[in-house]
Amino acid sequence: MKTRNNMSRKKLLTSALLILPAAVLIGVYYVYPMLMTIYYAFTDLTLTGSAATQTNFVGLKNFKSILTDPKFPEILKNTLVFLVFSGIIGQQCFGFAIAKLMKKRKAGIRKFTGFMVVLGWITPEIIAAYMFSAFFNDKGTLNMFVKLLGFKKVSWIFEYPMLSIVLANIWKGSAYSMLMFQAALDGIPDDVIESAKIDGASKFNILKSIELPMIKGTTSTTFIMVTLGTLGTFGMIYAFTGGGPGVKTTTLSVYMYKQAFSAFQVGYGMAIALLLLAIGAFLSFVYLRLIKANQD
Amino acid sequence: MKMHTRKRIGSALSYAVLILIGVAFAIPALWLFLAAFDPEATLAIKLPETWSLENFKFILQKDGMLQGFLNSLIIAVCTTLIIDVVSVMAAYPLSRYKSKAASNVSLGLLFLTSLPASAMMLSTYKLLIKFRQIDNLFGVIMIMSAAGTPYAIWMMKNFMDTVSIDLEEAAWVDGATKSQAIRKVLLPLMLPGFITVTTYNFINAWGNFYTPFLMLMSAEKFPASVNIYRLYDVHGLVMYGQVAAYAVIYIIPIFVLYHFSQDNMSQGFSMGGATKG
Repeated sequence: MKTRNNMSRKKLLTSALLILPAAVLIGVYYVYPMLMTIYYAFTDLTLTGSAATQTNFVGLKNFKSILTDPKFPEILKNTLVFLVFSGIIGQQCFGFAIAKLMKKRKAGIRKFTGFMVVLGWITPEIIAAYMFSAFFNDKGTLNMFVKLLGFKKVSWIFEYPMLSIVLANIWKGSAYSMLMFQAALDGIPDDVIESAKIDGASKFNILKSIELPMIKGTTSTTFIMVTLGTLGTFGMIYAFTGGGPGVKTTTLSVYMYKQAFSAFQVGYGMAIALLLLAIGAFLSFVYLRLIKANQD
Repeated sequence: MKMHTRKRIGSALSYAVLILIGVAFAIPALWLFLAAFDPEATLAIKLPETWSLENFKFILQKDGMLQGFLNSLIIAVCTTLIIDVVSVMAAYPLSRYKSKAASNVSLGLLFLTSLPASAMMLSTYKLLIKFRQIDNLFGVIMIMSAAGTPYAIWMMKNFMDTVSIDLEEAAWVDGATKSQAIRKVLLPLMLPGFITVTTYNFINAWGNFYTPFLMLMSAEKFPASVNIYRLYDVHGLVMYGQVAAYAVIYIIPIFVLYHFSQDNMSQGFSMGGATKG
């Protein structure tokens, strides 16, 4: 009994020592700033002037400012449009469609299309932003094709700024759900689908009643990951359109940055950051519940 | 017969759609590649009349451009090494000593992983000012390491779980110490997983733009990502070919890494975001 106790105590000590470096790193440079976000969201912190050294507690003022900010409804709308079209419809549904189309196809085409889609995923966001500023430019590749087809050139970035960043983000991020769905679809045993076919089930019925239910876990995981990734997208939008023209492509992430570093309202920026963290925390929580449910 | 034809049309159609998607995805990247070798590059895609390395020569002679790659390398290598070391250490007890506490720590890590990263940028900026680590590569490395560590621990733990503890125990019986058993038995067996995590973190750190963009002020400390942003932000979309050349060099290490660890990567990918615990 005593030795067992010693054993588990030794194990506990070793565990603690092994976890310590990671715990310190995460604690100081990740959890601590997260707590700072919560604190500063209730202050009038600025980068310059007296409030930079002496910050005051202002209660819910920053959150009231969010509600009364005339620009805020449009920014929220932009965030949702970007999320739904580039994240959920774009990356997730499109990623699934590619994976579904690829199933049972020859290795050559899987390699070619797969590689091209993955290329977007491994390309640094700053390069993606640069490529697409050229692609959608008035004198860019897209307008070259538009003219080849006999239409008049379009000023994509000014007339359709949201469409431009949505398409750029689909290019950048579809690989994740494609790979996840490929793995999930390949995991469905062939004989399940074969026997359904013999029973005369249509392709649509197989998709609806066999494939989709069997990959439910993957679908919810990618849904949450894609949502979080899209909400957090900053560099590509900022470097591509700068949030403009006007605020037409300003999402919550970009607005938070602008409030802090262009308008110097860091406290207000922190309140937006807290809002983003809260949305993230909620989705993460749902995600964990799903994983726990799968474990049991 | 009719059924058969229909199936063939369906199959041909999906090949056509897949090729179309592949080509559409390739075009923006192809522009970058072709423009890099074209001294007369424009914003629209075209084959260079003469292929030349002129753009590469020009851009690399510009002030701070080579330094940018060195800075990217320092940031990416240090970040990757730190994450590797601390995550292997932390993953070990989580994988080997199964308990309620261990599984709660794992889930807690996964929780941290799934927060939108950019939401932290204001507070990490403020933190570095507080620590006097602003405009300092060390600060950038620490922030990026901390952000990457929770996911890395989670992936490392999953890979460790696939290696049976019996093998380590056999090594102990043969007189190996615990740390010898980890280094000589466990790590070689989970090498694919280790490579996956390392590659993943290196690609992320090498490509990260907004952390160094926010935290660094002196041009001589800028990594390649910030250089690219400044090249086309300051000069507008003017030096297409030259910036493209710089971008092509910037992306080569990622290509090479991805190419060599591709099979491991896709395996690790489905594992990292696994729905299983």
